Amino acid sequence: MIVTTVAFYLFAAITVASGFMVISAKNPVHSVLFLILAFFNAAALFLLLGAEFVALILVIVYVGAVAVLFLFVVMMLDIDFSELREGFLQYLPVGALVGLILLVELALVFGGWVIAPGAAHAGAEPVAAFGALSNTRMIGFVLYTKYVYLFQAAGMILLVAMIGAIVLTLRHRQDIKRQVIANQVGRRREDAVEMKNVEPGQGI
Amino acid sequence: MEDLLHEYLPILIFIGLSMVIGLALLIAPFVVAPSKPDPEKLSAYECGFNAFDDARMKFDVKYYLVAILFIIFDLEVAFLFPWAISLGHVGMFGFWSMIVFLAVLTIGFTYEWKKGALEWE
Repeated sequence: MIVTTVAFYLFAAITVASGFMVISAKNPVHSVLFLILAFFNAAALFLLLGAEFVALILVIVYVGAVAVLFLFVVMMLDIDFSELREGFLQYLPVGALVGLILLVELALVFGGWVIAPGAAHAGAEPVAAFGALSNTRMIGFVLYTKYVYLFQAAGMILLVAMIGAIVLTLRHRQDIKRQVIANQVGRRREDAVEMKNVEPGQGI
Repeated sequence: MEDLLHEYLPILIFIGLSMVIGLALLIAPFVVAPSKPDPEKLSAYECGFNAFDDARMKFDVKYYLVAILFIIFDLEVAFLFPWAISLGHVGMFGFWSMIVFLAVLTIGFTYEWKKGALEWE
Protein backbone atom coordinates (compact mmCIF):
# COMPACT_ATOMS: atom_id res chain seq x y z
CA MET A 1 0.00 0.00 0.00
CA ILE A 2 2.80 2.37 0.89
CA VAL A 3 4.45 1.59 -2.48
CA THR A 4 1.25 2.61 -4.25
CA THR A 5 1.13 5.90 -2.41
CA VAL A 6 4.78 6.66 -3.06
CA ALA A 7 4.37 5.72 -6.73
CA PHE A 8 1.31 7.98 -7.03
CA TYR A 9 3.09 11.02 -5.61
CA LEU A 10 6.16 10.31 -7.76
CA PHE A 11 4.20 9.99 -11.01
CA ALA A 12 1.93 12.92 -10.19
CA ALA A 13 4.90 15.15 -9.39
CA ILE A 14 6.68 14.21 -12.62
CA THR A 15 3.47 14.81 -14.59
CA VAL A 16 3.05 18.30 -13.19
CA ALA A 17 6.73 19.13 -13.55
CA SER A 18 6.92 17.95 -17.16
CA GLY A 19 3.65 19.76 -17.88
CA PHE A 20 5.30 22.94 -16.66
CA MET A 21 8.37 22.23 -18.78
CA VAL A 22 6.15 21.79 -21.85
CA ILE A 23 5.05 25.40 -21.66
CA SER A 24 8.33 26.87 -20.45
CA ALA A 25 10.98 25.04 -22.50
CA LYS A 26 12.70 27.28 -25.04
CA ASN A 27 13.08 24.62 -27.71
CA PRO A 28 9.74 23.32 -29.08
CA VAL A 29 11.21 19.87 -29.70
CA HIS A 30 12.11 19.68 -26.01
CA SER A 31 8.52 20.73 -25.24
CA VAL A 32 7.21 17.77 -27.24
CA LEU A 33 9.59 15.39 -25.50
CA PHE A 34 8.38 16.65 -22.12
CA LEU A 35 4.83 16.15 -23.38
CA ILE A 36 5.67 12.51 -24.05
CA LEU A 37 7.03 12.20 -20.51
CA ALA A 38 3.79 13.72 -19.18
CA PHE A 39 1.75 11.18 -21.20
CA PHE A 40 3.78 8.30 -19.82
CA ASN A 41 3.25 9.46 -16.26
CA ALA A 42 -0.45 10.02 -16.84
CA ALA A 43 -0.62 6.42 -18.09
CA ALA A 44 1.04 5.30 -14.86
CA LEU A 45 -1.55 7.27 -12.88
CA PHE A 46 -4.37 5.55 -14.79
CA LEU A 47 -2.75 2.24 -13.96
CA LEU A 48 -2.75 3.14 -10.27
CA LEU A 49 -6.49 3.81 -10.57
CA GLY A 50 -6.93 0.29 -11.94
CA ALA A 51 -7.78 1.41 -15.48
CA GLU A 52 -5.21 -0.66 -17.30
CA PHE A 53 -6.86 -0.58 -20.73
CA VAL A 54 -7.05 3.21 -20.73
CA ALA A 55 -3.47 3.40 -19.47
CA LEU A 56 -2.06 1.25 -22.24
CA ILE A 57 -4.19 2.95 -24.89
CA LEU A 58 -2.75 6.23 -23.63
CA VAL A 59 0.74 4.87 -24.20
CA ILE A 60 -0.03 3.40 -27.62
CA VAL A 61 -2.14 6.19 -29.06
CA TYR A 62 -0.84 9.32 -27.37
CA VAL A 63 2.81 8.49 -26.94
CA GLY A 64 3.19 6.50 -30.11
CA ALA A 65 1.08 8.45 -32.51
CA VAL A 66 0.07 11.85 -31.24
CA ALA A 67 3.56 12.67 -30.06
CA VAL A 68 4.94 11.75 -33.49
CA LEU A 69 2.32 13.98 -35.02
CA PHE A 70 3.25 16.85 -32.71
CA LEU A 71 6.88 16.42 -33.64
CA PHE A 72 5.98 16.61 -37.33
CA VAL A 73 3.92 19.74 -36.77
CA VAL A 74 6.72 21.35 -34.81
CA MET A 75 9.22 20.46 -37.51
CA MET A 76 6.96 21.55 -40.35
CA LEU A 77 6.34 25.03 -39.04
CA ASP A 78 9.42 26.96 -40.00
CA ILE A 79 9.00 29.55 -37.27
CA ASP A 80 11.78 30.69 -35.02
CA PHE A 81 10.14 29.49 -31.84
CA SER A 82 12.86 30.74 -29.56
CA GLU A 83 12.04 34.30 -30.63
CA LEU A 84 8.35 33.64 -30.14
CA ARG A 85 8.93 32.32 -26.67
CA GLU A 86 11.06 35.26 -25.63
CA GLY A 87 9.36 36.64 -22.55
CA PHE A 88 6.72 33.93 -22.64
CA LEU A 89 6.86 33.47 -18.89
CA GLN A 90 6.22 37.16 -18.30
CA TYR A 91 2.57 36.41 -19.11
CA LEU A 92 2.54 33.95 -16.21
CA PRO A 93 0.72 36.32 -13.80
CA VAL A 94 -2.13 36.88 -16.28
CA GLY A 95 -2.34 33.14 -16.95
CA ALA A 96 -2.29 32.40 -13.23
CA LEU A 97 -5.11 34.93 -12.72
CA VAL A 98 -7.25 33.26 -15.42
CA GLY A 99 -6.52 29.86 -13.89
CA LEU A 100 -7.45 31.16 -10.44
CA ILE A 101 -10.77 32.54 -11.73
CA LEU A 102 -11.53 29.17 -13.36
CA LEU A 103 -10.63 27.40 -10.11
CA VAL A 104 -12.98 29.66 -8.12
CA GLU A 105 -15.76 29.02 -10.62
CA LEU A 106 -15.21 25.28 -10.38
CA ALA A 107 -15.24 25.50 -6.59
CA LEU A 108 -18.53 27.43 -6.73
CA VAL A 109 -20.05 24.84 -9.07
CA PHE A 110 -18.95 21.92 -6.95
CA GLY A 111 -19.93 23.71 -3.74
CA GLY A 112 -23.45 24.33 -5.05
CA TRP A 113 -23.82 20.84 -6.52
CA VAL A 114 -26.01 18.39 -4.68
CA ILE A 115 -25.69 14.73 -5.56
CA ALA A 116 -28.88 12.70 -5.30
CA PRO A 117 -28.68 10.24 -2.37
CA GLY A 118 -28.69 7.01 -4.39
CA ALA A 119 -26.68 8.29 -7.36
CA ALA A 120 -23.17 7.43 -6.19
CA HIS A 121 -24.29 3.93 -5.33
CA ALA A 122 -26.09 3.42 -8.64
CA GLY A 123 -23.04 4.50 -10.61
CA ALA A 124 -20.87 1.91 -8.95
CA GLU A 125 -23.32 -0.92 -9.60
CA PRO A 126 -22.26 -2.25 -13.03
CA VAL A 127 -18.62 -2.46 -12.01
CA ALA A 128 -19.46 -4.28 -8.81
CA ALA A 129 -21.67 -6.73 -10.70
CA PHE A 130 -18.78 -7.95 -12.84
CA GLY A 131 -16.51 -8.29 -9.84
CA ALA A 132 -13.19 -9.85 -10.71
CA LEU A 133 -13.41 -9.41 -14.50
CA SER A 134 -10.65 -7.51 -16.18
CA ASN A 135 -10.93 -3.88 -17.04
CA THR A 136 -10.75 -4.36 -20.80
CA ARG A 137 -13.51 -6.94 -20.76
CA MET A 138 -15.79 -4.67 -18.75
CA ILE A 139 -15.30 -1.94 -21.35
CA GLY A 140 -16.11 -4.45 -24.07
CA PHE A 141 -19.36 -5.44 -22.34
CA VAL A 142 -20.84 -1.96 -22.62
CA LEU A 143 -19.02 -0.20 -25.47
CA TYR A 144 -20.49 -2.17 -28.36
CA THR A 145 -24.03 -2.58 -27.08
CA LYS A 146 -25.06 0.07 -24.57
CA TYR A 147 -22.94 2.87 -26.05
CA VAL A 148 -23.31 1.76 -29.67
CA TYR A 149 -24.24 5.24 -30.94
CA LEU A 150 -21.14 6.80 -29.41
CA PHE A 151 -19.08 3.96 -30.83
CA GLN A 152 -20.45 4.47 -34.34
CA ALA A 153 -19.98 8.23 -33.95
CA ALA A 154 -16.32 7.55 -33.16
CA GLY A 155 -16.11 5.57 -36.39
CA MET A 156 -17.65 8.47 -38.32
CA ILE A 157 -15.22 10.94 -36.75
CA LEU A 158 -12.30 8.74 -37.75
CA LEU A 159 -13.66 8.58 -41.30
CA VAL A 160 -13.98 12.36 -41.45
CA ALA A 161 -10.45 12.75 -40.09
CA MET A 162 -9.11 10.36 -42.68
CA ILE A 163 -10.81 12.05 -45.62
CA GLY A 164 -10.04 15.51 -44.25
CA ALA A 165 -6.34 14.73 -43.94
CA ILE A 166 -6.22 13.42 -47.51
CA VAL A 167 -8.14 16.35 -48.95
CA LEU A 168 -6.00 18.89 -47.12
CA THR A 169 -2.52 17.47 -47.58
CA LEU A 170 -2.44 15.13 -50.57
CA ARG A 171 -0.71 16.76 -53.52
CA HIS A 172 0.29 14.62 -56.45
CA ARG A 173 3.40 15.88 -58.13
CA GLN A 174 3.15 15.91 -61.90
CA ASP A 175 6.82 16.37 -62.71
CA ILE A 176 8.13 12.99 -61.59
CA LYS A 177 8.04 9.47 -63.02
CA ARG A 178 5.93 7.03 -61.08
CA GLN A 179 6.03 3.27 -60.98
CA VAL A 180 3.09 1.72 -62.89
CA ILE A 181 3.04 -1.91 -61.93
CA ALA A 182 0.46 -2.89 -64.58
CA ASN A 183 2.73 -1.61 -67.34
CA GLN A 184 5.68 -3.43 -65.86
CA VAL A 185 3.84 -6.73 -65.62
CA GLY A 186 2.18 -6.32 -69.02
CA ARG A 187 5.48 -5.82 -70.83
CA ARG A 188 6.19 -8.64 -73.27
CA ARG A 189 9.46 -9.96 -74.57
CA GLU A 190 8.69 -8.88 -78.14
CA ASP A 191 8.31 -5.22 -77.06
CA ALA A 192 11.59 -5.10 -75.26
CA VAL A 193 14.11 -7.37 -77.00
CA GLU A 194 15.02 -7.45 -80.66
CA MET A 195 17.31 -10.17 -82.04
CA LYS A 196 19.73 -9.12 -84.75
CA ASN A 197 21.96 -11.41 -86.70
CA VAL A 198 25.16 -9.46 -87.06
CA GLU A 199 27.69 -10.40 -89.71
CA PRO A 200 31.27 -10.66 -88.49
CA GLY A 201 33.24 -7.49 -88.96
CA GLN A 202 30.16 -5.27 -89.52
CA GLY A 203 28.28 -3.07 -87.16
CA ILE A 204 24.60 -2.85 -86.71
CA MET B 1 -7.37 -3.94 -7.34
CA GLU B 2 -4.38 -4.70 -5.14
CA ASP B 3 -3.67 -7.87 -7.14
CA LEU B 4 -3.70 -5.87 -10.32
CA LEU B 5 -1.11 -3.46 -8.98
CA HIS B 6 1.02 -6.34 -7.73
CA GLU B 7 1.20 -7.60 -11.30
CA TYR B 8 2.64 -4.28 -12.36
CA LEU B 9 5.24 -4.13 -9.61
CA PRO B 10 7.98 -5.71 -11.79
CA ILE B 11 7.43 -2.94 -14.35
CA LEU B 12 7.88 -0.32 -11.63
CA ILE B 13 11.07 -2.05 -10.55
CA PHE B 14 12.27 -2.13 -14.15
CA ILE B 15 11.55 1.59 -14.55
CA GLY B 16 13.55 2.30 -11.41
CA LEU B 17 16.38 0.06 -12.56
CA SER B 18 16.54 1.60 -16.02
CA MET B 19 16.57 5.07 -14.50
CA VAL B 20 19.46 4.09 -12.24
CA ILE B 21 21.44 2.59 -15.14
CA GLY B 22 20.68 5.53 -17.42
CA LEU B 23 21.64 8.12 -14.82
CA ALA B 24 24.78 6.19 -13.90
CA LEU B 25 25.88 6.12 -17.54
CA LEU B 26 25.18 9.84 -17.85
CA ILE B 27 26.83 10.92 -14.64
CA ALA B 28 29.87 8.62 -14.65
CA PRO B 29 31.52 10.37 -17.67
CA PHE B 30 31.27 13.72 -15.89
CA VAL B 31 33.29 12.24 -13.06
CA VAL B 32 35.85 10.02 -14.76
CA ALA B 33 36.17 11.05 -18.44
CA PRO B 34 38.94 13.54 -19.34
CA SER B 35 37.48 16.76 -20.70
CA LYS B 36 39.65 19.36 -22.44
CA PRO B 37 37.23 21.27 -24.66
CA ASP B 38 38.32 23.85 -27.23
CA PRO B 39 36.17 25.76 -29.76
CA GLU B 40 37.02 23.43 -32.64
CA LYS B 41 36.08 20.33 -30.69
CA LEU B 42 32.79 21.87 -29.66
CA SER B 43 31.78 23.18 -33.10
CA ALA B 44 29.35 21.24 -35.26
CA TYR B 45 31.05 18.72 -37.53
CA GLU B 46 29.51 17.98 -40.93
CA CYS B 47 31.93 15.88 -43.02
CA GLY B 48 34.59 18.55 -42.69
CA PHE B 49 32.40 21.42 -43.90
CA ASN B 50 31.02 24.15 -41.82
CA ALA B 51 27.38 23.36 -41.08
CA PHE B 52 25.24 24.47 -44.03
CA ASP B 53 21.96 24.88 -42.28
CA ASP B 54 19.96 24.41 -39.15
CA ALA B 55 19.23 20.75 -38.38
CA ARG B 56 15.54 21.62 -38.04
CA MET B 57 14.53 21.98 -41.64
CA LYS B 58 11.03 21.91 -43.04
CA PHE B 59 9.50 18.50 -43.53
CA ASP B 60 7.38 17.54 -46.49
CA VAL B 61 3.69 17.43 -45.64
CA LYS B 62 3.37 13.84 -46.87
CA TYR B 63 5.09 12.56 -43.71
CA TYR B 64 2.27 14.20 -41.78
CA LEU B 65 -0.30 12.48 -43.96
CA VAL B 66 1.24 9.07 -43.31
CA ALA B 67 1.35 9.78 -39.57
CA ILE B 68 -2.31 10.82 -39.38
CA LEU B 69 -3.46 7.83 -41.42
CA PHE B 70 -1.44 5.63 -39.07
CA ILE B 71 -3.15 7.15 -36.02
CA ILE B 72 -6.61 6.47 -37.44
CA PHE B 73 -5.91 2.79 -38.04
CA ASP B 74 -4.13 2.61 -34.70
CA LEU B 75 -7.35 3.75 -33.01
CA GLU B 76 -9.39 1.32 -35.06
CA VAL B 77 -7.24 -1.55 -33.84
CA ALA B 78 -7.46 -0.24 -30.26
CA PHE B 79 -11.24 -0.54 -30.48
CA LEU B 80 -10.89 -4.16 -31.58
CA PHE B 81 -9.23 -5.36 -28.37
CA PRO B 82 -12.15 -5.05 -25.90
CA TRP B 83 -14.47 -6.37 -28.61
CA ALA B 84 -12.36 -9.45 -29.18
CA ILE B 85 -12.28 -10.53 -25.55
CA SER B 86 -15.96 -9.78 -24.79
CA LEU B 87 -17.40 -11.22 -27.99
CA GLY B 88 -19.03 -14.16 -26.24
CA HIS B 89 -20.98 -11.81 -23.98
CA VAL B 90 -22.09 -9.01 -26.31
CA GLY B 91 -23.76 -11.37 -28.79
CA MET B 92 -24.78 -10.74 -32.38
CA PHE B 93 -25.57 -7.06 -31.81
CA GLY B 94 -22.10 -6.33 -30.50
CA PHE B 95 -20.60 -8.33 -33.36
CA TRP B 96 -22.49 -6.41 -36.04
CA SER B 97 -21.91 -3.04 -34.43
CA MET B 98 -18.19 -3.67 -34.82
CA ILE B 99 -18.66 -4.87 -38.39
CA VAL B 100 -20.49 -1.62 -39.22
CA PHE B 101 -17.68 0.34 -37.58
CA LEU B 102 -15.11 -1.52 -39.65
CA ALA B 103 -17.19 -1.03 -42.80
CA VAL B 104 -17.31 2.74 -42.23
CA LEU B 105 -13.54 2.84 -41.89
CA THR B 106 -13.13 0.57 -44.90
CA ILE B 107 -14.94 3.23 -46.95
CA GLY B 108 -12.23 5.65 -45.90
CA PHE B 109 -9.55 3.08 -46.61
CA THR B 110 -10.87 2.50 -50.13
CA TYR B 111 -11.00 6.24 -50.67
CA GLU B 112 -7.39 6.76 -49.64
CA TRP B 113 -6.24 3.80 -51.70
CA LYS B 114 -8.03 5.06 -54.82
CA LYS B 115 -6.75 8.58 -54.21
CA GLY B 116 -3.21 7.25 -54.09
CA ALA B 117 -2.52 8.50 -50.57
CA LEU B 118 -0.74 5.26 -49.76
CA GLU B 119 1.73 5.65 -52.62
CA TRP B 120 5.10 7.11 -51.84
CA GLU B 121 6.45 9.14 -54.70
